Amino acid sequence: MPEVKMTVNGKPASGLIEGRTLLVDFLREKLGLTGTHVGCDTSQCGACVVHVGGRAVKACTMFAAEAEGMEVKTIEGMAEPDGTLHPIQAAFQNHHGLQCGFCTPGMVMSAAALLKDNPTPTEAEVRDYLEGNLCRCTGYHNIVKAILAASGQDVSKIAAE
Amino acid sequence: MPKDGGIGASTKRREDVRFLTGTGNYTDDINLRGQAYVHFLRSDVAHGRLNTVDTSAAEGMPGVIRIFTGKDFEGIGGLPCGWQVTDRHGEVMQEPGHPVLAQGKVRHVGDPIAAVVAETREQARDAAEAIELDIEELPAVVDMKAALEDGAPKVHDDLTSNLCYDWGFVEENKAAVDEAFKSAAHVTTLELVNNRLVANPMEPRVAVGDYNRSTGDHTLYTTSQNPHVIRLLMGAFVLGIPEHKLRVVAPDVGGGFGSKIFHYAEEAFCTFAAKALNRPVKWTCSRSEAFITDAHGRDHVTKIELALDAENNFTALRTDTYANMGAYLSTFAPSVPTWLHGTLMAGNYKTPLIYVNVKAVFTNTVPVDAYRGAGRPEATYQLERVIDKAARELGVDPIALRRQNFITEFPYATPVAVEYDTGDYHATMDKLEEIGDFKGFAARRKESEAKGRLRGLGINCYIEACGIAPSNLVGQLGARAGLYESATVRVNATGGLVVMTGSHSHGQGHETSFAQVVAEMIGIDADQVEIVHGDTANTPMGMGTYGSRSIAVGGSAMVRATEKIINKAKKIAAHLMEASEADIELKDGQFSVAGTDKSVAWGDVTLAAYVPHNYPLEDIEPGLEETAFYDPSNFTYPSGAYACEVEVDPETGRVTIERFAAADDFGNIINPMIVSGQVHGGIGQGIGQALLEACVYDENGQLQSGSYMDYAMPRADDVPFYEVDHSCQTPCTHNPLGVKGCGEAGAIGSPPSVVNAVIDALQSGGKNVTHIDMPLSPSRVWQAMQG
Repeated sequence: MPEVKMTVNGKPASGLIEGRTLLVDFLREKLGLTGTHVGCDTSQCGACVVHVGGRAVKACTMFAAEAEGMEVKTIEGMAEPDGTLHPIQAAFQNHHGLQCGFCTPGMVMSAAALLKDNPTPTEAEVRDYLEGNLCRCTGYHNIVKAILAASGQDVSKIAAE
Repeated sequence: MPKDGGIGASTKRREDVRFLTGTGNYTDDINLRGQAYVHFLRSDVAHGRLNTVDTSAAEGMPGVIRIFTGKDFEGIGGLPCGWQVTDRHGEVMQEPGHPVLAQGKVRHVGDPIAAVVAETREQARDAAEAIELDIEELPAVVDMKAALEDGAPKVHDDLTSNLCYDWGFVEENKAAVDEAFKSAAHVTTLELVNNRLVANPMEPRVAVGDYNRSTGDHTLYTTSQNPHVIRLLMGAFVLGIPEHKLRVVAPDVGGGFGSKIFHYAEEAFCTFAAKALNRPVKWTCSRSEAFITDAHGRDHVTKIELALDAENNFTALRTDTYANMGAYLSTFAPSVPTWLHGTLMAGNYKTPLIYVNVKAVFTNTVPVDAYRGAGRPEATYQLERVIDKAARELGVDPIALRRQNFITEFPYATPVAVEYDTGDYHATMDKLEEIGDFKGFAARRKESEAKGRLRGLGINCYIEACGIAPSNLVGQLGARAGLYESATVRVNATGGLVVMTGSHSHGQGHETSFAQVVAEMIGIDADQVEIVHGDTANTPMGMGTYGSRSIAVGGSAMVRATEKIINKAKKIAAHLMEASEADIELKDGQFSVAGTDKSVAWGDVTLAAYVPHNYPLEDIEPGLEETAFYDPSNFTYPSGAYACEVEVDPETGRVTIERFAAADDFGNIINPMIVSGQVHGGIGQGIGQALLEACVYDENGQLQSGSYMDYAMPRADDVPFYEVDHSCQTPCTHNPLGVKGCGEAGAIGSPPSVVNAVIDALQSGGKNVTHIDMPLSPSRVWQAMQG
């Protein structure tokens, strides 16, 4: 089995893999980073979104080998080392943007990628960007609201969470 | 303003931090030392005779530990059904066997045939491909009415037909109902389909079986809404393991919506195989596998008739439903189209005569069972659609027609055997008219029309029966279980509490809201209260979470246990202050003697309970720990009124949801933020059912919508922000918190208003369309417009 090396959440990581090992399986099984989830097998649900080289990627659509030498960031790398939540994470909690929590890591990672490219998106832009992230619990209301709030926009006019 | 952490406060959820930082503990995150992996080889035909399963080539594949087939389970119990329905002729339902691995026949695509256990997941999958099957394909039955025709292929050879039961309710009323239709001034008839759905919690099912040979202890980690129920069903009926040797753990569970209530074959397999192989065995369901193994929901075909007198009063209601059971009876399947459906057919209305007929049918499809709302969405949809159709036929306002027929006096005994304790349907409708801004609708319609779009407003009411259920009642109705709930409150020496509940949280936020209740009762901070759930080893026997029962039944058990704690603590406080127990008051975590300035703190009393140096040992035991079981005396009856505004593009038939408003009466509210979230999620699923989702089989029993490529889940851009309100509160009269439950309302209340809105839009455009079956896809809407 070949070895793959990459940087995950700022630390060097490596492991032996099969050619067919997906990045998400490498993160979960080899590195024990179980915050990245698998919710489907057709790259539709987005529970496995991580950042590779600064861009949002569905970790189930990429072989671990393809991440050789890359910078990977997962949900475990979002909060500050002292545990302080990233502003997007804090907004999700403040606006009840999660229920069962299973889609949440992917939602947060997608939201972070959106706000990097588009710091003050409209509601429609948020909804459009989340096309690739399924949530079955929230009806998306508080996820969209949380992302708008994380972008610094006033969400007080939006119906209660 | 309620105090943060107390009853009525929108306290932020304590469970969020672990979910937001990737440190939750879902079942697939659990990996045990030495664990093996199982892959199930499943039938790819809907119906067939299983002649041979040749595993010889596969057994030599790399990493294969052992391959199991139906033969290994011949002497072992099948999956049990938890509810026996008695039909209209007094006969019990037909109840087929449900083997863990197929024996003799396969009966739906996805039926498990063999289980390959290997060192890695990939090796198990590779070896499964090397198993040679000889299956003689048989004609499949998919359509329910065809399945009941003479000579139809039988799903189960040992049953007399594909009819599970023919249920009539209330059978004694049938003649009177028929008579009322003969004398009606107007009868509205509607035939409709309640589309088959797949629950699709985002976390697929997972099971990890473990066995300790030296102690004989089994452990199953599983994605369940009710670990105690799984322990009882699997232990007693499938594998013959007594409860004290079987621990079932449902850790963080990523949504359920009903589909994780049921006991599944994979749970029994992993538990069985862990002992057989003396090592842990893990199964992780893929999403494609979930589509062909998770119990599906809904799938009713119904004809409903509403009779009205000359003043537009409802005089009688008659319904005739075919309900799909799939190939086997899932755990609670028989109860869904009967007792969870027929008993709700009165809705919010004082219709005096009702008769419900349900024929439950076996087909070569995945088993069908409870999905969010379970029977109540099916009842609400047909009732609220037929009322809307009646209003159009009679040329009256659909809101006025509903208001005219509302039940207004409580308690109210319906003709379908339930008694609503409380409600105020005019109040929720008034609130809906306000938050839905009905006054502004005409102007919004004009704006839409200026853009070339048709705009429609649809409303509906709903009522549901939650807080399932009085055990003696459901026992009479065929339940093979009690439906109480439990709580143990353990107070620690320094004053903190651990509450162990038989309820289970898989997104509902119990760890936060349950703590609010106990904190409020004692008058301490909520962070002094920890909620423990999901592990049969450290929670009292409880029936779990479904049917919006957690706060109404589980919360009540917790209140009762906390009351016992407070009573005992008062005795201790009385002793410490040398006062009479009757004079002790508890407020804000302080015990005081009425009329004096004497007081002791909560922590002083709890310390005394565990360090009983100065303690009434002759009267009471040391320690402070109490358990309560609560069995409700009635269901609870949340109700509400929902409104949807749609735009329809007449060129394409595409429907967009422009506004959605929900006015609910949930009785008292513990955490308004969490309640709103529950409603939002239910509405999202209801809009999904109404516009997008359809589980489709072809005539050969092949699932056409077996992945997210084909099954249209609602996405963020399919829905708007929702206006939700739960300020109308008529507290439940028979549970200590006055709560009703809110988990299913959104999914029950939303589909009819969406469809009513689309019909309204099309009629406003001059199209004489009276019904379109869900999902209202662009092609269906466009087709209807051409007619």
